[in-house]
Amino acid sequence: MMDTFAALAHGMAVAVQPMNLLYALIGVFLGTAVGVLPGIGPALTVALLLPVTYKLDPGGSLIMFAGIYYGGMYGGSTTAILINTPGESASMATALEGNKMAKAGRGGPALATSAIGSFVAGTIATIGLAFLAPWLVDFAVRFGPEDYFALMCVAFVTVSATFGDSPVRGLTSLFIGLTLGLVGIDKLTGQARLAFGIPELLDGVEVTTLAVGLFAVGEALYVASRRHHTEEKLEPVRGSLWMTKEDWKRSWKPWLRGTMFGFPIGALPAGGAEIPTFLSYSTEKRLTKHPEEFGKGAIEGVAGPEAANNASAAGTLVPLLTLGLPTSATAAMMLAGFQQYGLNPGPLLFAERPDLVWGLIASLFIANCMLLVLNLPLVGLWVRLLAIPQPWLYAGILVFATMGTIAAKPSVVELSMLAGFGVLGFLMRRFDFPIAPVVVGLILGPIAESQLRRALAISLGDPMTLVQSPISATLLAVALIALLAPFVMKGLGRFKANED
Amino acid sequence: MSSGDPARPPRRVDRAGLVIAALLAGLAAVLVWDARGLQSAAMYGMGPEAMPVVVASGLALLAIGNFIDALRGNLPARESADPVPVVLILIGLALLIAIIGFGGGFILATSALFVTTSAAFGRRAILVDSIIALVMSTFIYLAFDRLLTLSLPAGPLERLL
Repeated sequence: MMDTFAALAHGMAVAVQPMNLLYALIGVFLGTAVGVLPGIGPALTVALLLPVTYKLDPGGSLIMFAGIYYGGMYGGSTTAILINTPGESASMATALEGNKMAKAGRGGPALATSAIGSFVAGTIATIGLAFLAPWLVDFAVRFGPEDYFALMCVAFVTVSATFGDSPVRGLTSLFIGLTLGLVGIDKLTGQARLAFGIPELLDGVEVTTLAVGLFAVGEALYVASRRHHTEEKLEPVRGSLWMTKEDWKRSWKPWLRGTMFGFPIGALPAGGAEIPTFLSYSTEKRLTKHPEEFGKGAIEGVAGPEAANNASAAGTLVPLLTLGLPTSATAAMMLAGFQQYGLNPGPLLFAERPDLVWGLIASLFIANCMLLVLNLPLVGLWVRLLAIPQPWLYAGILVFATMGTIAAKPSVVELSMLAGFGVLGFLMRRFDFPIAPVVVGLILGPIAESQLRRALAISLGDPMTLVQSPISATLLAVALIALLAPFVMKGLGRFKANED
Repeated sequence: MSSGDPARPPRRVDRAGLVIAALLAGLAAVLVWDARGLQSAAMYGMGPEAMPVVVASGLALLAIGNFIDALRGNLPARESADPVPVVLILIGLALLIAIIGFGGGFILATSALFVTTSAAFGRRAILVDSIIALVMSTFIYLAFDRLLTLSLPAGPLERLL
């Protein structure tokens, strides 16, 4: 307990250095500005802004990342409320009630309850992260390679089976990601796999190229292809920005309940803020004293899911930092951010670079406070960003998206891969395949493979090692149940957004 | 089952779904074909060829799953898509790649992408957009190349700066 306080205090000391505060501020600002653009979720925000941090030292870069991450979350909910285009499925519940509130001229209180709710949830969840992480690290040191492999199997299954409508389509996405993860030189034997004699492919598929291609290029192609269907309408923010006493009274309990849903589910290696936001939404709908307002703009329906969304985002940092296990597309991008400095999150990083890890955790608190102070007064600025005409907006997004790749690897092959992943992202959107499992598959697949091979090498090739460790056996059983459950209970608990 | 029910049209075989299933099966075949060329150097446990085969088996199973979904017409409903803007954006990306590949530089390449994308989203003011694109990409080039010292590819325009 005391250790956590000491470590956190040390992290604070790192985070409040003027340069680091500046990095956090830039991160928060950029994160919100990019996240607010329609169709851009937090994962893409992080992917797009990764090149900006190339030249910073790891500490500063990770602190800026924390800001970008939380900023992207805030920005996304602003978009969901004001134009009803949730950048990701986790903002769907927010869009449901929030956009109705904005249409009814209560956009201000909707934005306020989402900002304050995010702050409350983010703060509580970050405290949870700070206390849970050391405990989990102690536990994770005992993990052998077979246990890590089993843990990754759990993540694979839950990430692909819980996202999207169908386990078949989710698993298809995952396996596309696993296939991409195979490309390149095999680290143990030095043989090239799936490189087809192309030298650029020997290094493997770059996570940022994949994410930017799937999310940014794919989204632009998709929106362009169906431009004739929908006209986005920006709701002006009318009336007071501030919440009334009544709004406060109706918001604080949903905030806390949303946090209680979001953090534990996010911290499990199940990933996805979709489920906690849905649980929070349906709970608030059941508990409210104003059931007639649901579907027409009930403030509880914004407060709860927004809190759940942010709490689960902080929750996904628990497996990411302590086990190196990304369970959402955004967490996968954060891992890519670590990897660009050759850092591997996990128990070792806590021991070797406590300044980095705790500096990052402390910056999450700081980023959260900055957002609360910045977001509401600057709402006018964000609204103006939303008003950029669609042609220029998407043209600009594509320029920025390709710029990241051009800056990292200005080769024809890399850019062709970006375009190819864009087409893949477009087709996956069109045929309703979830995107996040591809990214998670690419980044976790090679790690899972090397853990499995290490485990089998230690056991002299005996596959029974996977079930002889109690941790591994339990986790594999969990993975198996999680894999079979959706086929057994088809259609249970799926969250479908109401059509407008 | 409910072919007599006028409210529910009979489910049809989804052709796109069949294509997806075929592509997955093809991908599985490529994986196996590629893995055959690998040498298993490991004395104990798995060599480099094991994982591709595992992934290929998964893909093959999923190809069957997608095939069944397509036969049953189980795919989610799709709205009509307009191919013209998609092709325009892809042309823009091809132009970008070609210009970078032939050393035309960052500014020209991204400007080409900007103008085609903007056109794909319904803008017809190509001259105005070109000017906006050139100014913006020059600004980005200066900001990132000079301030953040990221190296962006230089062409004739960049050398003038």
